[in-house]
Amino acid sequence: MVEEKSFSYYLNHLIIIFGILVIGFPLWITFVAASHDMVRMAQAPLPLWPGDRFFENMAQALFQGVGNAREQPVWIMLFNSLIMALSIAFGKIVISVLSAFAIVYFDFRFRMFFFWMIFITLMLPVEVRILPTFEVVANLGMLNTRLGLSVPLIASATATFMFRQVFLTVPDELLEAARMDGAGPLRFFKDILLPLSRTNIAALFVILFIYGWNQYLWPLLITTDKDMYTIVMGIKQMLEAVEEAPEWHLITATTLLAQLPPVLVVVGMQHLFVKGLTETEK
Amino acid sequence: MAELTLTQITKKFGSTQVIHAMDIHIQDGEFLVVVGPSGCGKSTLLRMIAGLEQISDGRIRINGQTVNNIEPKDRDIAMVFQNYALYPHMSVFNNMAYGLKLRKISKAKIKDRVDHAARLLQLDELLLRKPRELSGGQRQRVAMGRAIVRKPSVFLFDEPLSNLDAKLRSSMRVELKKLHAALKTTMIYVTHDQVEAMTLADRILVMNQGRIEQLGTPEQVFFHPETLFTARFIGSPEINLLACNLTRTLLLFPDLEEPHQKRGQDRKKVGTEDGIALGLPSEPPVTGPCVCGIRPEHLFVVDGSVAPDPDVRFFGQIDLKESLGSDTLYHIQYGPRRQPLIIRSGKHAGLSPGDQVDLGFLWEHCHFFDPDTGNRIAVPISRT
Repeated sequence: MVEEKSFSYYLNHLIIIFGILVIGFPLWITFVAASHDMVRMAQAPLPLWPGDRFFENMAQALFQGVGNAREQPVWIMLFNSLIMALSIAFGKIVISVLSAFAIVYFDFRFRMFFFWMIFITLMLPVEVRILPTFEVVANLGMLNTRLGLSVPLIASATATFMFRQVFLTVPDELLEAARMDGAGPLRFFKDILLPLSRTNIAALFVILFIYGWNQYLWPLLITTDKDMYTIVMGIKQMLEAVEEAPEWHLITATTLLAQLPPVLVVVGMQHLFVKGLTETEK
Repeated sequence: MAELTLTQITKKFGSTQVIHAMDIHIQDGEFLVVVGPSGCGKSTLLRMIAGLEQISDGRIRINGQTVNNIEPKDRDIAMVFQNYALYPHMSVFNNMAYGLKLRKISKAKIKDRVDHAARLLQLDELLLRKPRELSGGQRQRVAMGRAIVRKPSVFLFDEPLSNLDAKLRSSMRVELKKLHAALKTTMIYVTHDQVEAMTLADRILVMNQGRIEQLGTPEQVFFHPETLFTARFIGSPEINLLACNLTRTLLLFPDLEEPHQKRGQDRKKVGTEDGIALGLPSEPPVTGPCVCGIRPEHLFVVDGSVAPDPDVRFFGQIDLKESLGSDTLYHIQYGPRRQPLIIRSGKHAGLSPGDQVDLGFLWEHCHFFDPDTGNRIAVPISRT
């Protein structure tokens, strides 16, 4: 019994440690690369231990820019990405929570028809409708704007569907009790439904924030103005050094910066995130 | 304070009619219990009064005012739900205060009323807890508190005790009775539990398939059931039904056998299918087959000692004995076809399965019904 336990105990830990190494090693290399100067990064073999230029590199990337995007400091890209990710996450949540509310609690004509229309858009992500969407955004004059970056990505069938499922688990008696208490539809929504779906909203926020942060194709398509660059496409631009070697020490510093906000969101909301995905009791 | 008048209340779901034109008048301060089997429409009736269900036809008036198209919140009623329907994210205090807040009542007044209700229901200590931290009985009390603080003119209860265990249920029953005595508000209470109905009600409304079977005091419903359904639904164990036949002059129980003592004297005669026949003092309103209902507690073993002289005596054999502590139930087989019936005996008769006994009952405890319509038949009976 004791030996059996200790064997599986060690095996489990071996697997976990191996997994951490696989995930952690590239991050370590990134960190190490971000702490050397350009000269050292051009020599072989690549360093495995950090150098002393980490903060200088960070500062240079943040405030002066890197490579092709030299005139565009990284903090502006981070800011653009943050705005885009937040607008996408909040926009998606607001729109889908409201449409789910309408679909579950109101008996209007063609209710199911609208539900399935929303559902069908699952088959039409941005990548599929990219040309017509570009056309629309261009006609609306939203190229190179923050609105143009986020608005076309806001409609979300997945989130609507998820909130619909959440609302369906809320017992009818709660609605009836609220009606007897004198709550109209919007009061019920605000006072009962929203607090009850708090954890689901938080979980969805985490997922959607990361989705928004990682957008690449769409920003690449509609932004030509360097002021509107997002961090993910910015990194890609940095790598496209035509005449000189890529400045690896600055690029890796930028990627570290780019990873920071999603990590903060996940870590900060981990508790709610897990609850939102696993909690079933209403 | 309110009286309720329902006139020709009807509910249809599509083409199925759930409530058939019911007329009920509920007096101010009355405790009306609506009882019936599941699916009889009793909850629908309550929800129509609450305003949670549209009224297909007819009219509901509270204090003379027609409320058919008035929103639930404006009907001055409060409802307690079967599963309590507490707001899970609000504290006990907020659960009770929510309705008042929406009515724009001042904070001090809200606190006053909630505190008062909490004291009444012994919830003072729990005001800051969330519903999930409460036991079933406590949640039940919060649900009632939420209704009380509103000071409505009518309380509606939808099977409020059915989620509690037996012990808690009986203590909550007492609390409810006290509450009604204290508040003197009109209450309408839906249940399928006849014990709740009998103990709580000023009047009981027995419903079956969307129709009124009987509306009367617990005593009337129990001792003078108007229909076969009411007779069978109220009372536990269920009322015994004996087949009988009415002619112009006779009441005949074809399945009953002559009692034991006579049996010994003339063995050959008994066992034929004559059964027991009795003369009637005057002509009955109808003739033909009918059903005679006798409650288990109105049947007794005739042993020549204490029991009153029975009007009808017959022979039976004990099949099974169920001891309930204070009472004993005997399952009896009677007649040539060994049909079952149950008697409840208050004393320990010391009988055991297999014993052959004489049984008897009194005329006044018999209820006669038409087997087709289920309506009561007034059979003229005499004590000879």
